[in-house]
Amino acid sequence: MNYHWNWSIFFDPSPDGTGTYLHTLIRGLYWTLGVSALAWAIALALGVLVGVLNTNRIRWVELLCRGYVELFRNIPLLVQMFLWYFVVPEVLPSAWGNAIKEADPVWSTFWTASICLGLFTSARVAEQVRAGIGALPLGQTMAGTALGLTRWQTYRHILLPMTVRIILPPLTSEALNLVKNSSVAFTIGLLEITGAARSMQEFTFQIFESFAAATVLYVLINVVVVVAMRLVEKWLTVPGFIGSGK
Amino acid sequence: MGGFDFEVLWRTAPYLFKVGMVFTLKLTVLSAIGALILGTLLAMMRLSSNRLLSALAGGYVNLLRALPLILIIFWFYFLVPYIVGALTGAGRPIPVGGFTSALITFTLFEAAYFCEIMRAGIQSIPAGQVNAGYALGLSYWQMMRHIVLPQAFRNMTPVLLTQMIVLFQDTSLVYVLSLTDFLGAASIVAQRDGRLVEMFVFAAVVYFLISYAASRLVRRAHDRVTAAR
Repeated sequence: MNYHWNWSIFFDPSPDGTGTYLHTLIRGLYWTLGVSALAWAIALALGVLVGVLNTNRIRWVELLCRGYVELFRNIPLLVQMFLWYFVVPEVLPSAWGNAIKEADPVWSTFWTASICLGLFTSARVAEQVRAGIGALPLGQTMAGTALGLTRWQTYRHILLPMTVRIILPPLTSEALNLVKNSSVAFTIGLLEITGAARSMQEFTFQIFESFAAATVLYVLINVVVVVAMRLVEKWLTVPGFIGSGK
Repeated sequence: MGGFDFEVLWRTAPYLFKVGMVFTLKLTVLSAIGALILGTLLAMMRLSSNRLLSALAGGYVNLLRALPLILIIFWFYFLVPYIVGALTGAGRPIPVGGFTSALITFTLFEAAYFCEIMRAGIQSIPAGQVNAGYALGLSYWQMMRHIVLPQAFRNMTPVLLTQMIVLFQDTSLVYVLSLTDFLGAASIVAQRDGRLVEMFVFAAVVYFLISYAASRLVRRAHDRVTAAR
């Protein structure tokens, strides 16, 4: 086939004048990691909060939590991204909206993408947390109450530490999903890995080299996340439970 | 913002649904069917005692599941013309239409996810049934066709349908190829008429209603499957 391979393209200077195409891709990697890290922090904080509230047996709070989860789960991520990017600045008070529009576009897309991905993922984390707490024997809550712990203390010292260990494997796949989903930020102009590869492809016409580089970067991130989470799992195991290996 | 303009929705709804939604649904249903067939074959390969087959299927599934869908859409968008060119012996890339390209991409991508579901489904069938099939003198394909797969499909129906809802939402990503699926159509109008707020909110509401209604139906199907067992 008449495709002209040129693997040295990575060392050619990119047209933005800041270095080679390799630099473009590395910067893309940084953006992907940055967005994923910030979004993961948001997702964990809100996800645990909503997940815990969803188990507290007050009917209207549970309805609210269910609504939260269903809302973020049933709208495609890309549509959510557009809502945060195009719609939210319009419906906010005009002073805030203008501030967002006047901000440095690189950073405003970064914040927008992080918030969008964070909330999207938080709904999924919330479901895992709820299921994890639900999987614990009811006796643990009762034992906490019998020991004189308040409801907050029961969650803090008994339920949540066990839940975290139970849901680590599904949380790992959520973290991997988040990294993959961060590529959607490319549609609002953030040059993360996919965006960087796409722009490189458009400038150089070296289609397959560009996407191969992006593929390698994503596979590397996957491997690192999986290995890191395995270590965390091992580090957190409670002796005497399944998974502790004894 | 000058008030929510319902008129633009009313005016463009026929276009959005007749062109956009038809595209989205066609893509969803056709690629789900393709992915289910391919995914089932992949699952059988993965569970095969032939090391080579199971390694091939495993590698394919793990690679596709490690990559973002957008990247895969780009990969296949550029790769498929070369493959078609090579297969037809034309010696040059043959352009395929946007819809065909998207259909191939989603079929191949979702097959990786359907494979994992079907693998769990096949593994949920007791090994004794497989042995009983062989004892009756059935061949591998007969045993799969008449004993294992019907039960695996039945057990996994709720999960398969849920994955289809995910697929339905994921088809919106063909936006990156500038195809006119539902979201693509909405964004064309949004940009042409300067009605970003109206069009994107409307798109979100429509996607939400369809996905939510579908997931409620799936939950009922799930209760039925578990009750019948």
